[in-house]
Amino acid sequence: MSKHTLSVLVEDQPGVLARIAALFSRRGFNIESLAVGPTELPDVSRITIVVSVEGSPLEQVTKQLNKLINVLKIVELEVDASVQRELMLIKVRADGETRTQVLEIVEMFRARVIDVAADTVTIEATGSSGKLAALLDVLGPIGIKELVQSGVVALARGAKSISDRSLRAADRPA
Amino acid sequence: MSEKITGAQSLVRSLEMAGVDTVFGIPGGAILPLYDPLMDSTKLRHILVRHEQGAGHAAEGYALASGRVGVCMATSGPGATNLVTPIADAHMDSVPIVAVTGQVPSASIGTDAFQEADIRGITMPITKHNYLVTDPDQIPRAIAEAFHIASTGRPGPVLVDVSKDALQGMTTFEWPDHIDLPGYRPVTRPHAKQIREAARLIVESRRPVLYVGGGVIRARASKQLRELAELTGIPVVTTLMARGAFPDGHPLHLGMPGMHGTVAAVGALQKADLLITLGARFDDRVTGKLSSFAPDAKVIHADIDPAEISKNRVADLPIVGDAGEVISDLIVAIKADYAAGRVGDYEGWRQTVTGWRTTYPLGWEGNADGMLAPQSVIQRLGKIAGPDAIYVAGVGQHQMWAAQFIDYQNPGTWLNSGGLGTMGFAIPAAMGAKVGRPDATVWAIDGDGCFQMTNQELVTCAINDIPIKVALINNSSLGMVRQWQTLFYNERYSNTDLHSHRIPDFVMLAEAYGCAGLRCESPEDVDATIEKAMSINDRPVVVDFVVHRDAMVWPMVAAGTSNDDILVAREMAPDWESEY
Repeated sequence: MSKHTLSVLVEDQPGVLARIAALFSRRGFNIESLAVGPTELPDVSRITIVVSVEGSPLEQVTKQLNKLINVLKIVELEVDASVQRELMLIKVRADGETRTQVLEIVEMFRARVIDVAADTVTIEATGSSGKLAALLDVLGPIGIKELVQSGVVALARGAKSISDRSLRAADRPA
Repeated sequence: MSEKITGAQSLVRSLEMAGVDTVFGIPGGAILPLYDPLMDSTKLRHILVRHEQGAGHAAEGYALASGRVGVCMATSGPGATNLVTPIADAHMDSVPIVAVTGQVPSASIGTDAFQEADIRGITMPITKHNYLVTDPDQIPRAIAEAFHIASTGRPGPVLVDVSKDALQGMTTFEWPDHIDLPGYRPVTRPHAKQIREAARLIVESRRPVLYVGGGVIRARASKQLRELAELTGIPVVTTLMARGAFPDGHPLHLGMPGMHGTVAAVGALQKADLLITLGARFDDRVTGKLSSFAPDAKVIHADIDPAEISKNRVADLPIVGDAGEVISDLIVAIKADYAAGRVGDYEGWRQTVTGWRTTYPLGWEGNADGMLAPQSVIQRLGKIAGPDAIYVAGVGQHQMWAAQFIDYQNPGTWLNSGGLGTMGFAIPAAMGAKVGRPDATVWAIDGDGCFQMTNQELVTCAINDIPIKVALINNSSLGMVRQWQTLFYNERYSNTDLHSHRIPDFVMLAEAYGCAGLRCESPEDVDATIEKAMSINDRPVVVDFVVHRDAMVWPMVAAGTSNDDILVAREMAPDWESEY
């Protein structure tokens, strides 16, 4: 089993996400995480998909994705050559007894407290999947009441942008 | 300032601008606004079918016979869902059609309104692309894009779903002067380096085969294919979708490969050291058990759809491009190799494979009961109607015999449902083919099972002066399923007896539908009956050929087994000569 991070640039049209999700499920690939949002280009959205692959190669899915009319570009981002981040919000039990401990953990993980109640605090943390998993490991024994996690967003390292050449130039009719 | 017109008028004008001359369809509530201005169009002929599935297959037959985009139309809900099968069929066989469906008013979408179905969602995996239009201003662009997408690259079906309020709303008509689809740029020109490399592999190979698929027909590349084959002397196999791409009877033609292919074609692929794959997709019905398919062969795979390359069989040399351009470029590259003294030598190989063709010709065993052999009926039909007729098959035994025993000389003369295997394809597709090529003789070759799925379109043919001819190969059963029961289920014939020897009476049925009905039950009447059918041109003709039911399609590679285990007849394996 191997994990792959795909960045997919799509036209901002209704139904695009359904088309993409359906392709993955049809081919039996499990989407581990998904993040969709606007980009620096108007009318272009970026979908970051983390998919776990077993057996059949990912290439077939990327080729099928490329066949979708609304898909503009697909790039696989290697872990070493990209920065990848997730956002997590965690509501942790924090009464008089544990509050100090929780705040120390927040400090250590460079997370932030974004809401406080009588016996809970809500923490915002960003980082790689590994860092967030470690954070959960230490908060777990204290008592996690609720958590929500975003999909991975990722950018390639360096100066280049994946929307550089093909899109901007190609948009103009010859 | 342009005049104000309704969305429906804009849609009619858009279809006219797209060059449409024929639409197959049925009106209904949501699409009614469109049918009103349609009545006034002098350019569009609307043919009122009897079931939307018929409209869809007719659009396919029209497209396949004429080379233009076929168009079908239906209302929302059940009208649209009845188009699902032909749309899926067109998707599998790369047939360019545009389906226009009515949708409930946009304010009602998502409320489970009367006759509402999410046809865009339903057809997402079976269309090349689809649209839901709720703004009348968007109609011309959607139609222009739909025709562009359907007919370019790898052809396929596109659905345009238009809400009733978009049809009724006012708009100004503006036909887009160019198509701007940044995510859709099919590659047609092959890469020069890949072509040179392919030429090198071809020249160096000893046992090459041209594995030709339907892409060669879609690319209209038969001429180039023939030039390539004759230049190199490399044997050719044509898949079910490619019958007619290369003339039958040509010395280099080994026939059809696959589950019911010839021993020569199947054997050549198995023993080859190089497959030159042109617009074919390594379908399971061709490869048999994939892991044992063509074990010694390197694979050159040329296809206009990059997703087909290395999907089933890994290609040693991928070439993305239009089959016509690929073949033309290959010819130039190979000639350059020849000029430099690099010439392939395949003489021994050619003798071996053509020897298999002589040793294991297609044939059938006679039967004792004196009834008609279905194979002989189809073979005589092909001889009498000739190579200029268009043959349209349903799915099953009769389809395989029609692929085997008719000599195809021209592309576009053999239409069938290969990928989806849609029983009921023949009658409506033949209707569409006859509309697309009115001067051609169009024969539907159908089974009694298939025929009973879509024969209502004979009414459409009779009323609209579309005189198709139907050869009904009536074995009173679901013959292909019965054959599998014979071979793999201990002759336990569960639910394959159709009793259609008695009910219905197909001759009376034909007459009731306004067609001529003929029946043929004995071998000596076959020619005369076909000739009689050929002479009736003022209405459709249905010939009920009552054939014996135990005939089986041979050769056969049982599903899931290796092509090496092909049987030429029951319990009869070919004896592969070892010296290839």
